[in-house]
Amino acid sequence: MNARVSASRPAGRVAKPAAAQEKPVAEWQLRLYVAGQTAKSAAAFDNLKRVCETHLAGRYTIEVIDLLVNPRLAAGDQILAVPTLVRKFPEPIRKIIGDLSNEERVLVGLDVQPAR
Amino acid sequence: MARPPKTTKTSVPEAPTLPKAPTGIPGLDEITGGGLPRGRPTLICGSAGSGKTMLAAEFLVHGAVEYGEPGVFMMFEENAEELAQNLRSLGVDLDKLQKQKKIAVDHVHIERNEIQETGEYDLEGLFIRLGHAIDTIGAKRVVLDTIEALFSGLPNHAVLRAELRRLFRWLKDRGVTAVITGERGEQSLTRYGLEEYVADCVILLDHRIVDQVSTRRLRVVKYRGTEHGTNEYPFLIGKTGISVLPITSMRLDHVANSARISTGIDGLDDMLGGTGLYRGSSTLVSGAPGTGKSSVGASFVDAACRRGERALLFAYEESSSQVQRNMASIGLDLGQWERQGLLHIDASRPTLHGLEQHLVHMYELVRQVKPSVVVVDPISNLSMDKDDRALKPTLMRLIDYLKQQGITALFTSLTSDLAADVADSQVGVSSLMDTWILLSNLAGNGERTRTLQVLKSRGMPHSHQVREFVMGNKGVDLVDVYLSGDRVLTGTARISQVAQEQAASDLRRRDHERRIKELASHRKAIDAQIAALHAQAEERAGEVEFAIERERLHAEGASARSRAIAQSRDVPPPRPRLPVSAAPKKTSRKAAK
Repeated sequence: MNARVSASRPAGRVAKPAAAQEKPVAEWQLRLYVAGQTAKSAAAFDNLKRVCETHLAGRYTIEVIDLLVNPRLAAGDQILAVPTLVRKFPEPIRKIIGDLSNEERVLVGLDVQPAR
Repeated sequence: MARPPKTTKTSVPEAPTLPKAPTGIPGLDEITGGGLPRGRPTLICGSAGSGKTMLAAEFLVHGAVEYGEPGVFMMFEENAEELAQNLRSLGVDLDKLQKQKKIAVDHVHIERNEIQETGEYDLEGLFIRLGHAIDTIGAKRVVLDTIEALFSGLPNHAVLRAELRRLFRWLKDRGVTAVITGERGEQSLTRYGLEEYVADCVILLDHRIVDQVSTRRLRVVKYRGTEHGTNEYPFLIGKTGISVLPITSMRLDHVANSARISTGIDGLDDMLGGTGLYRGSSTLVSGAPGTGKSSVGASFVDAACRRGERALLFAYEESSSQVQRNMASIGLDLGQWERQGLLHIDASRPTLHGLEQHLVHMYELVRQVKPSVVVVDPISNLSMDKDDRALKPTLMRLIDYLKQQGITALFTSLTSDLAADVADSQVGVSSLMDTWILLSNLAGNGERTRTLQVLKSRGMPHSHQVREFVMGNKGVDLVDVYLSGDRVLTGTARISQVAQEQAASDLRRRDHERRIKELASHRKAIDAQIAALHAQAEERAGEVEFAIERERLHAEGASARSRAIAQSRDVPPPRPRLPVSAAPKKTSRKAAK
């Protein structure tokens, strides 16, 4: 499983350090693509963090990729819109675009069972 | 991989006001007066399969290879491998161009069902990708093929439209020449109204099927700030990519050649001022079925090969071997020329291609064979639709092309047998032609005869007479028609008239002979009569002399007797009487007569 995930990444790709990286292999691997430190990207990160802490506490990693810094990474995950949240694992890959302000839709999009 | 730079490009006038980026597509640069607006987006719209991607790809490849302008190809429908395959069919090696950093390819793919939307977003990711690709290779050109795919991928069209507007603005700011393709919509040019955003240049591609034959057409709908051809121009996707055929480039600048060449028909050469056609001119031979159009064409080809020139014969009715067999029957051995490589016969069904496809095929063959004469037999078959208005511009292009190459062309055209109006010139192309020869059938006396007349021939004195056109086993020739009184006689009428007049003059000759003989015999009879009378006169004269002699003797005897009696009676004799001496005088006068 782990091998497959890393194999899907192009060689020589440098990921930004994840914001919450307690475990080497998390059950939920999420990646958030943003373009610069805009209000929208900040909102998206905050929203995502809140949802994850609420429903996936301790079982997730979030990798934030700033496309302004690493523009070449946009093609790999077919990113057009920002912010885009990509659920890399568990498969299949799912994408949620927008600032993730609607918690319900984020949960549906990530296919996460609400904790309560 | 890349086409050699085209020489025609040098002749394209560069508009000083609006800088342009040449597409390198033959014809398109002429229509647009130099290419697409540099540094601005151009919209290419058309229905599925109309050649949008091909045109966009060519624009990019030519730019990268020929004009030193690297390009980014961002595609939303095909992936890189498919594009590479498509370009490979045109002889373009996309992989190599990518390695040379002349072209960057980015495939943007959106799977609608793996995307959820929550809250606000923008398409900055797209901008970043595009910007990154542009920066990587220093691109001057960008293709977005077909960006409308985003509309089906992203649910929020309001955001999308706003972002597209920003994108085109951004492309302008970056100074790249962009080509955006869009699917043709029902009401508007594009399905999602992209023309609202791309206002500088819009090119519409069209792919029509008329009578089961497809034709591609291109039109520059708008081109802000520059003049451009506004017509619909046929274009083709051939072996070397797209070529647009602007109508003659709207120029008439070929050099007229004053050299003359034979038509292969002596009588026709005589009619055309005695020396035949101008080299580089175009000739239309029109006529009803069976009037000998193909034979005129074949004679023309034969004459060219005989001079050692190359000839190209497009046969749209018969196969190559059939042409050769049939022409052998009138003594034209075309096979020998073909074996010598002088003659190239290209036989195909007119329905094989659309009209424009034919035209490009012709261009290609002409380029290949480099003939000095070209015969198209017949042009009227090129279009299934008799009223096809496309035929005329197509022919115009062909004629102009041939003229510019200095190639002498002869076109045959089939007319209906019943077409009474010769001025209704079949496909309306007679005005394009320098010489127009009309072949027609004259029916009468239970037969039809072929006649030929030169309706027009620019720049040379030509006969206005109708000549009879005969095909023997030694080729085609013309015979003077028989002018009898106010009638023009042809065929057997001519032959019988000739025979009649011949007979009449025979008769006359014999009559004269007879009359001369009669006169002679009459004279003889008179002579004989004279002789007879003469003889009669002689006879009378003899009789008279005899009678006179007898009378004289009788008289002498009487006088002797009377003298003897007188002597015996001693009487002096009487004096002789006058009539005795007068009688001989009279006789001598008669004899003298």
